[in-house]
Amino acid sequence: MMKAIRSIHAPDAKLTMAHMYVAFAALFVGASMGLLQTLERSGKFTLPFGIGYYQILTVHGVVLGLVLTTFFILGFMVAVQSKTAGKYTSGERKWGWAGFWMMTTGVITTTIFILLNEASVLYTFYAPLMAHPGFYIGLTLVIVGSWLEGFVIFRRHARWRKENPGERTPLLSFMAVITMLMWLIATIGVAATVLLQFIPWSLGLVDSIDVLVSRTLFWYFGHPLVYFWLLPAYMAWYAIIPKIVGGKIFSDSLARLSFILLLLFSIPVGFHHQLTEPGIDPFWKYMQVILTFLVVIPSLMTAFSLFATFEARGRELGGKGLFGWVKKMPWKDVRFLAPFIGMLWFIPGGAGGIINASNQMNQVIHNTIWVTGHFHLTAATSVILTFFGIAYWLVPSVTGRKLTAKMNRLGIIQTIVWSVGMAIMSGAMHWQGLLGGPRRSAYSEYLGNADTAAWGPYQLAQAVGGSILFIGMIIMLIIFVNLAFFAPKGEEEFPIAEVSEDAGETPKVFENWKLWIGVTVALILFAYTIPFIDIIQNAPPGSKGFRLW
Amino acid sequence: MNMHKYEKIWLLFGTATLLVFLTVVGISAFYMGNQPPSCAVTLNPEKVHETAPFDEPGLKQLGDNEYQLTIVASAFNFDVGNNEKLIQIPKGATVHFNVTTTDVVHGFELAGTNVNMMLEPGYISTYTNTFKNTGKFTLVCNEYCGAGHHLMAATIEVIE
Amino acid sequence: MPKSQLKKQAVESPEVEEKDSLKGTFISVMLIGGFIIITWIGVWALYLYR
Repeated sequence: MMKAIRSIHAPDAKLTMAHMYVAFAALFVGASMGLLQTLERSGKFTLPFGIGYYQILTVHGVVLGLVLTTFFILGFMVAVQSKTAGKYTSGERKWGWAGFWMMTTGVITTTIFILLNEASVLYTFYAPLMAHPGFYIGLTLVIVGSWLEGFVIFRRHARWRKENPGERTPLLSFMAVITMLMWLIATIGVAATVLLQFIPWSLGLVDSIDVLVSRTLFWYFGHPLVYFWLLPAYMAWYAIIPKIVGGKIFSDSLARLSFILLLLFSIPVGFHHQLTEPGIDPFWKYMQVILTFLVVIPSLMTAFSLFATFEARGRELGGKGLFGWVKKMPWKDVRFLAPFIGMLWFIPGGAGGIINASNQMNQVIHNTIWVTGHFHLTAATSVILTFFGIAYWLVPSVTGRKLTAKMNRLGIIQTIVWSVGMAIMSGAMHWQGLLGGPRRSAYSEYLGNADTAAWGPYQLAQAVGGSILFIGMIIMLIIFVNLAFFAPKGEEEFPIAEVSEDAGETPKVFENWKLWIGVTVALILFAYTIPFIDIIQNAPPGSKGFRLW
Repeated sequence: MNMHKYEKIWLLFGTATLLVFLTVVGISAFYMGNQPPSCAVTLNPEKVHETAPFDEPGLKQLGDNEYQLTIVASAFNFDVGNNEKLIQIPKGATVHFNVTTTDVVHGFELAGTNVNMMLEPGYISTYTNTFKNTGKFTLVCNEYCGAGHHLMAATIEVIE
Repeated sequence: MPKSQLKKQAVESPEVEEKDSLKGTFISVMLIGGFIIITWIGVWALYLYR
């Protein structure tokens, strides 16, 4: 019997695992709802007990988009920081737990009101649909709790800098700070609309709400939200996968530069979600489209860095010719395979994103199920397969267990099942979207015209894909439970790659936080000040609340 | 900080591609007038039915093959001026859509066309489209608006 | 930077050049670029046609 050796300080590991339990419970609930949705939309299945389609759609969006992601990411950040910058003080850890419990209380509160059918407003909760105040208060607790944990991440990083004056900070610690910084700046928008608009309005303290202001504040948050999901995946791609393949980080400075660019350009771009909305000046829409395109550049850099890491390692192992290095990759190691497949899915995901953001071209796909197909590639495949890829080593590593050959094999099967299911579901969604099929819609035959009737087969395909994905989710849960509770005790590596000797020095300016926060704020002020004043000054009379479900 | 030669070429190529995309949509939008729907006219959302032209929804001919189509959206209905929920337009006609909502946010999407815009309480959404192809196009709501969201529909038929 | 100078000298021999080559990477990313362009033009064409 091996002794259990944890890769990080035991109390920190417990904090990480607490997040993981909530995250994977959310995966079970959310993906089960997803299955029901695709079945309902096939037209061959009616939801039992009079449950509404939009109620389970709200559960799906909130539980996967806000709960699974946020909890997994914070658990991962806590672990990464403890590993690379060192363990937390007991005071820091207490704040971490306070944040965790605040978030968990918020999740339970919000979920209760959704299940009571008091909040079937979807995760975007667009006014003037009005949910029970408890729904908004619960969400507020999630956000504020995540801030507490963000400050713990910042504090640990700052403490490392104090302890190691003049030294370059650990790459992953730096990236964790960028991720939480972006989250903090972005969530100010959603916090503002919820605290200043939704909660007073739903409590009856004010009669009306400014719809466009609330939507603008929401999307100020909504796009960086998706980058908040992506950045932890990029952290794994840049700084962990190279170690798993046995290689080195291609360039520390380029990795940091791309994270800085992501911080700068992922926030002042919310209008690309509002391109077809009235009341926003088209000039400012286009300005934010330009800023959106700038955020593509760090992803182009990332693509190069990753391929370069793989090629360099493959050639080191004797790979010849143009693509001989591909054969040298550890395909049978799920810690590599799952995130790698995730990277591949980011190619169509990213290409679709550029299309979505292309100003008037957005009219072709806006609010069609193409968009749903798009973020099921980016978030629900690229990001989630990478998160699964992280979980395969993170869970046993912090609990003092081993990733066994059997679980590794099951993980490979999981990756394949997920990819096949998503290819079918997301592919059908993209195509149906181009034909005009709307997103967020229960099964409907509309008026029986030929155009809408043609959507039927695609919705059937989505149900097939959704069913395969459900099986993939069950496999993942089996692996998670095994790794957390039943896998043999031992020591599992917490893989952190070193920087290649060929890479140059990292400029000191990359760690000048005042500068980068300043530029971030300046870009936000540039992109939003004038149109936001415009929206407020030219506002129509406000709206009272509606409960239409 | 050094950058590999191939990476420089790749980033230049990528950035140039993005610039071309931006230029194409930019010229189309600002020079040729194909802006995304961004009407800034407001009204009182509780007085839609008393505000012209929404007091009389439906199709109105403005000139030679040019029409104005006024539609009032509400949960869960598109009021196009008739109970059949059918509007017929001759091929090649230019139609100015004039739409608003009386209650919550709705989507306004004519499937298979570029007519796709958000309707928000207090705002008038406008878009001008020339119908180049014949056929029956279904107007659907593509933003969640409540329990009957998927039941909102009307037909716009483009005839020879 | 002495290390990169060393590397430059080593590049003389063709075998080492093969080992350090990033040609596969370059072709891979250019293929991604091509994919982005093709899909974008596809939807742009749809926008123009409709």
